[in-house]
Amino acid sequence: MLKKLVIGAALALTPVAALAAGAEQHIETYDFSFNGAFGTYDQNQLQRGLQIYTEVCSSCHGLKFVPLRTLSDAGGPGLSPEQVVAYAAENFTVYDAELDEDVAAKPVDHFPANTDAGAPDLSLMAKARKGGPDYIASLLNGYTGEEKEEAGSTYYENTAFPGGWISMAPPLEDDYLEFADGHDTSLHSMSQDVAAYLMWSAEPKMMARKQVGFVGVLMLTILSVLLYLTNKRIWAPIKGRKNS
Amino acid sequence: MSGIPHDHYEPKTNGAKWLHSRLPIVGLLYDTIMIPTPKNLNWWWIWGIVLAFCLVLQIVTGIILAMHYTPHVDLAFASVEHIMRDVNGGYMLRYLHANGASLFFVAVYIHIFRGLFYGSYKAPREITWIIGMLIFLMMMGAGFMGYVLPWGQMSFWGATVITGLFGAIPFIGEALQTWLLGGPSVGNATLNRFFSLHYLLPFIIAALVIVHIWAFHTTGNNNPTGVDVRKGSKEEVKKDTLPFWPYFVIKDFLGLAIVLVIFWAIVGFLPNMLGEPDNYIEANPLVTPAHIVPEWYFLPFYAILRAFTAEVWVVQFTSFITGGIIDAKFFGVMAMFGAIAVMALAPWLDTSRVRSGLYRPMFKWWFLLLVIDFFVLTWLGAKPAEEPYASFALIASAYWFGYFLVILPLLGVIEKPLATPDTIEDDFNAHYGKSDDASTDAKAAE
Repeated sequence: MLKKLVIGAALALTPVAALAAGAEQHIETYDFSFNGAFGTYDQNQLQRGLQIYTEVCSSCHGLKFVPLRTLSDAGGPGLSPEQVVAYAAENFTVYDAELDEDVAAKPVDHFPANTDAGAPDLSLMAKARKGGPDYIASLLNGYTGEEKEEAGSTYYENTAFPGGWISMAPPLEDDYLEFADGHDTSLHSMSQDVAAYLMWSAEPKMMARKQVGFVGVLMLTILSVLLYLTNKRIWAPIKGRKNS
Repeated sequence: MSGIPHDHYEPKTNGAKWLHSRLPIVGLLYDTIMIPTPKNLNWWWIWGIVLAFCLVLQIVTGIILAMHYTPHVDLAFASVEHIMRDVNGGYMLRYLHANGASLFFVAVYIHIFRGLFYGSYKAPREITWIIGMLIFLMMMGAGFMGYVLPWGQMSFWGATVITGLFGAIPFIGEALQTWLLGGPSVGNATLNRFFSLHYLLPFIIAALVIVHIWAFHTTGNNNPTGVDVRKGSKEEVKKDTLPFWPYFVIKDFLGLAIVLVIFWAIVGFLPNMLGEPDNYIEANPLVTPAHIVPEWYFLPFYAILRAFTAEVWVVQFTSFITGGIIDAKFFGVMAMFGAIAVMALAPWLDTSRVRSGLYRPMFKWWFLLLVIDFFVLTWLGAKPAEEPYASFALIASAYWFGYFLVILPLLGVIEKPLATPDTIEDDFNAHYGKSDDASTDAKAAE
């Protein structure tokens, strides 16, 4: 409880300290494949992001609202159901109350919650900050290399973080890991991969939603045109021809 | 049902006669849907239908959302994510419901300002106006409590701030606040009762909507000229009006369809545009967000609430003569509710005998200023409570009250209104020319 309080207080106070220091938040705008009304997720990018999350982020951050099975859903990273079974079992364990022990995770389970380091859950991070995925990628790119000690904690200077000083050490660097397909492993590229993946985990139905949006707008536009013509016709005998 | 003479439903078959003599429900529907409607209504009159649509949309999506939602502090946030991820089409239900609330308020504000400009509130439509104001208040209650249900950070802290307003009432405030919350602070009891009331209010609104429609079907619609329909005979009525079906149903549906194109595009492509990112963080009583901002549709009244700080002389004066019973906080609360109360009293504050703003040369400008004032207040409500916004908010709030309490009563005395058209028919013909059967006369005149 006390630990929670301290973390809470630290989180609450940091933005205020930032305003006092007058630090400007710098958030870069990235050209994500899912931007715009017709943008879609790039399946390969989501898979790379999943790999980065699994190998790096998941050591401190949970994704407790994301069911593992959704990794094989349409419009997502597109793993096969067999791959999801293997991925869940290899990477995560969940507590089984009946056996009273931790067992390998199955697709029906969610990604585990992880609050050990006081790190926030990332399930909805891409919707819970101004700038969303741009903010996440900017944050990963925003470390200046400066550090400071304050009340026994280390803070790292970051140009994207409100307040300019973040307690998370730089999690990624160039060539920190390797992709099976040999894709670019520069920090700039990887930070976009993980931001895209977190956008998916926050909004897994985005592609379906945009499709519904498009079809709905189209049909309502057709309906409007039909109603316009109907309206014109029924009013024609009522209105005179003053302007024609 | 209507005070305007028109052809009523006549049952023709034996079955229809049997039913009509026992329950004249077909006749009621016929008279409602065929009501004579002033034929010069313009496009500002479509928002009633948009509002009716919103009510149905919110009730239908809301009932289905309630099937999957769990009103408990530990489960509410997760149950919303369950709706977003696991329920078939759940993401559309939730985004339609959340953005539907915004459409509801866009429509109600345009509808209210329509009434304010064309003098729809004036005799004999005072009851319609008062019922409308009650519906507006209930909508605000439903909107506020609905925003608490997802149990995000803004839900929790918004609820804390707004219920805190009741704590400002002298003597009974604190006890009242505890009673409303079901405890010393916003908690599980609060969430449960808000869910219950959020489910109840729309049905009270639906009942009030029926009374609202009943009232203005008795007096007849107002219209852009504010001139009454001639009611001497059915023939006279027919010169000024057209039946609601099909003329206005089709016209209103056209307006609604165009509004829905924009609405659907927002739901499909930018569903979180009007929301706060903070509400995607689960409620945490230990962490206060940097800025607590209400939903956009409360901002004008929120600005009025915050405008009256302890530095304002009116507040200091009031506090002094009441011996501190009415402090700055309570003054702000009274100002916020007062802002709606003065609007509700418009029928008795407006002394002008001319209804429509079209024929009131001075009123027009003051009204335009009120519309601008409303937008300025909305903008200020989202700004932090510091200079220069605090001073702007005070001026803007003062104008809101000044308009209703000073300008409306005085204008009726000072202003020289322009001549209004003799009949609705004259106004319609001046805009569109005479109809076909009279077109030869019109051509001869040209």
